[in-house]
Amino acid sequence: MIAMAARTSTRWRFRQPSVIPGFGLALGVTLAWLTIIVLVPLSGLLWRSSSLGWSKFAELALDERTVNALTISFGTAFIAAVVNLVFGVLLAWVLVRYRFPGKRVIDAMVDLPFALPTAVAGIALTTLYAPNGWIGSLLAPLGIKVAFTPAGIVVALIFVGLPFVVRTVQPIMEEIDKEVEEAAATLGATRFQTISRVLLPGLLPAGLTGFALAFARGVGEYGSVIFIAGNLPYVSEIAPLLIVIRLEEFNYPAATAIAGVMLLLSFLMLLVINVIQAWSRRRYGYGA
Amino acid sequence: MAHDASSTLVTTATSETRLSRGILTAVALGFVLLFLLLPLATVFIEAFRKGPAEFFAALRDPETFSAIRLTLLVAGIAVPLNLVFGVAAAWAIAKFEFKGKAFLTTLIDLPFSVSPVISGLVFVLLFSSQSMLGPLLQSYDIQILFAVPGLVLATVFVTFPFVARELIPLMQEQGTADEEAALSLGATGWQTFWHVTLPNIKWGLLYGVLLCNARAMGEFGAVSVVSGHIRGQTNTMPLQVEILYNEYNFVAAFAVAALLALLALVTLVLKTALELRYSDEIAASRRH
Amino acid sequence: MSSNRLAGIAKLALVVGSLQLGLVGLAHADTTILNVSYDPTRELYKEFNAAFAEKWRADTGETVTIQTSHGGSGKQARSVIDGLEADVVTLALEADIDAIARESGKIPADWKTRLDNNSSPYTSTIVFLVRKGNPKGIKDWGDLVREDVQVITPNPKTSGGARWNFLAAWAWARAANNGDDTKAQEYVTQLFKHVPVLDTGARGATTTFVQRGLGDVLLAWENEAYLSLEELGPDNFDIVTPSISIKAEPPVALVDGNVERKGTRKVAEAYLDYLYSDAGQKIAAKHYYRPFKPEAADPEDTARFKELKLVTINDFGGWKEAQPKFFGDGGIFDQIYRPGQ
Repeated sequence: MIAMAARTSTRWRFRQPSVIPGFGLALGVTLAWLTIIVLVPLSGLLWRSSSLGWSKFAELALDERTVNALTISFGTAFIAAVVNLVFGVLLAWVLVRYRFPGKRVIDAMVDLPFALPTAVAGIALTTLYAPNGWIGSLLAPLGIKVAFTPAGIVVALIFVGLPFVVRTVQPIMEEIDKEVEEAAATLGATRFQTISRVLLPGLLPAGLTGFALAFARGVGEYGSVIFIAGNLPYVSEIAPLLIVIRLEEFNYPAATAIAGVMLLLSFLMLLVINVIQAWSRRRYGYGA
Repeated sequence: MAHDASSTLVTTATSETRLSRGILTAVALGFVLLFLLLPLATVFIEAFRKGPAEFFAALRDPETFSAIRLTLLVAGIAVPLNLVFGVAAAWAIAKFEFKGKAFLTTLIDLPFSVSPVISGLVFVLLFSSQSMLGPLLQSYDIQILFAVPGLVLATVFVTFPFVARELIPLMQEQGTADEEAALSLGATGWQTFWHVTLPNIKWGLLYGVLLCNARAMGEFGAVSVVSGHIRGQTNTMPLQVEILYNEYNFVAAFAVAALLALLALVTLVLKTALELRYSDEIAASRRH
Repeated sequence: MSSNRLAGIAKLALVVGSLQLGLVGLAHADTTILNVSYDPTRELYKEFNAAFAEKWRADTGETVTIQTSHGGSGKQARSVIDGLEADVVTLALEADIDAIARESGKIPADWKTRLDNNSSPYTSTIVFLVRKGNPKGIKDWGDLVREDVQVITPNPKTSGGARWNFLAAWAWARAANNGDDTKAQEYVTQLFKHVPVLDTGARGATTTFVQRGLGDVLLAWENEAYLSLEELGPDNFDIVTPSISIKAEPPVALVDGNVERKGTRKVAEAYLDYLYSDAGQKIAAKHYYRPFKPEAADPEDTARFKELKLVTINDFGGWKEAQPKFFGDGGIFDQIYRPGQ
């Protein structure tokens, strides 16, 4: 868009002329609302972080418990996003290519984590995966503990992240031209080769975008995790919970510092997602 | 005979064998069952564990009832605000070309990648008695934190991008030809918007509102930080779930959770219905 | 046609919207006061509030609505400091009310002397809740650091009850080692190595132990332990009273800064006084709090409290000294608590 605008205008212009009215009003409302609701509060946080001074900020951010909590948040979110990438692509494939009874219901259910409040998901998953729950009691004899361990966090994050992968991959899969597969088959590729060499690479940008979205969401997730995590410092304590705990301890500087770190990292994530999309638009002609 | 052989060859070349199809479907459905369907089922099973009488008794509790009212009130304020914002933002972004548009779009997406806890924290930092604004608000007797305004602000923050996100790709796809025609026939800007644009986008709009509402009613982390947890006063439904859960009142906790899960299911049904009937309009936004 | 249909949608949205707002309505009584309390007092204040409202109506003819908020004691204090408009606070620890007095100035520094018994209308202590039949044979603090025992307690940084737990354990170890504080610290360090989960509040810890089946012993408020028996059936748990414990004094205070502004001083003061009345003491004992005036309570209720040796916070130099030393930033708890090591 920007490239096009640059080409067509000979001198610098804030906006292209248009007969459509209401630009001032619409942009004014947008900017005002954006400023009040998002920019002022967020810059308030960044300002509070920066007013700590660099050395104090670094000391708080590099505190051992903080680093552990951030590692746990990012680590579990990463594992959950990998699981979601694998099963999300598989699920999208099954939904796009195969026919089976109840397919429409399953397709609709994929969005459940978007619609179900996270606290509800949290207590439901905890009930299921606790040592005395349906699934937990099956795993307990095998010595596998899920609830109240980092594995529990991963389970919760798989739940919240699944639709991101499925919903970014699915539409791209629907548009794959059958002729490409036929061509590959005609040239002697086995089905496995066709999938791994032809189809999956084409899905890569969409898969990566879905992965990044699920990952970003997982890092910040709070409601579903706190019920199932066990919240053990250094072991299963996530960064958002540590923010809340620091707040409860009157430790505003520490809460602000952790929040500042997370905010910077989420800006970074946003940037990465945009870069992936720009790259995929250039390379594959679609922006996942 | 020869025909049979060639058709088997083609099917195995461009599709999987019946066996691997079966396995893949089973794995995908098993995943859905384990991570999506069982948690959902758990909510309803636990809610009705002691029979429907207990379930309804739990919902008649005055504190639970006031939590339901508060949730409706907060969503009832937050969703329309974001609806107006979303339409304005989409109008500005989709119908015009201007510098910094990509950046503006990224800013609108920002709340998606911020942890809910941080979304609440920013308002605590802004309005607490310890902040710069705190004493000023107090001298005018304005209560924002631990009261409805704080809950609304946090909810508006987390649901900020929903409507705009649905409308922008849809309106971009539709272009400006219809509006230009109406304007050239002498319609005013508002007339054009009400009679041309709005009918074009109404299903996409409804879709965005639906998702926005689901999130608004279900938000936990952000409102938890700003609520103050006053019983019967500042507890929304998700917070009430947590409180009841912590009071050993599992039936009541799951009863409120079931109500929220029901809301999620209604959202999914409406969403699927919209997708099926108005797929053209919504497809644009699903592919973003 | 499309604009017709559009009008229909708009109407539907309006109807739904006004329905949502209409339901909200007005449900406010004449006067409302807010009691900000800690985790395990939910049941106590539910009954007490109803009794007080009735008394207030009988005395003055006015209707008063009492709202309550519960959570970890430290977290609740934080909310009041941040502007939660509490008329009275009934927290687990003196140190938390001190924090409100210090940080917000809404409570005078000498609040503790304003009411009887250091402003604690009821006291409690720390006991052990174990699984039925006490399968691990836990009898006293020493058993908690055995190889096969897992202990559940909330986080002393956020929970008042957990700080009492911590100090009670310390008191036992100090007594067992002839007053050696270094040995006591070693014991408590060991003890926290046996803690698999650290919830932020007492209620969360109880849920972890009771509902999730984690751990062999829960360090709990006496009232919370009895309540668990009552709520979840005596056939699941037993209470073990250790040889030594701590006299926990949860204090109450008026939040002057808030009642002045809201004009609720009279009713808020009466509310706190009622805690000290015979009726209030009776309700406290019924909910397993040790009443300040046992003679006012039901003898049947007071008979449930076991005699045991109780140290007090003064044995630790009072909260002003104990709070920063044990639980402050970089304090003893921060030094000893490193799970997984």
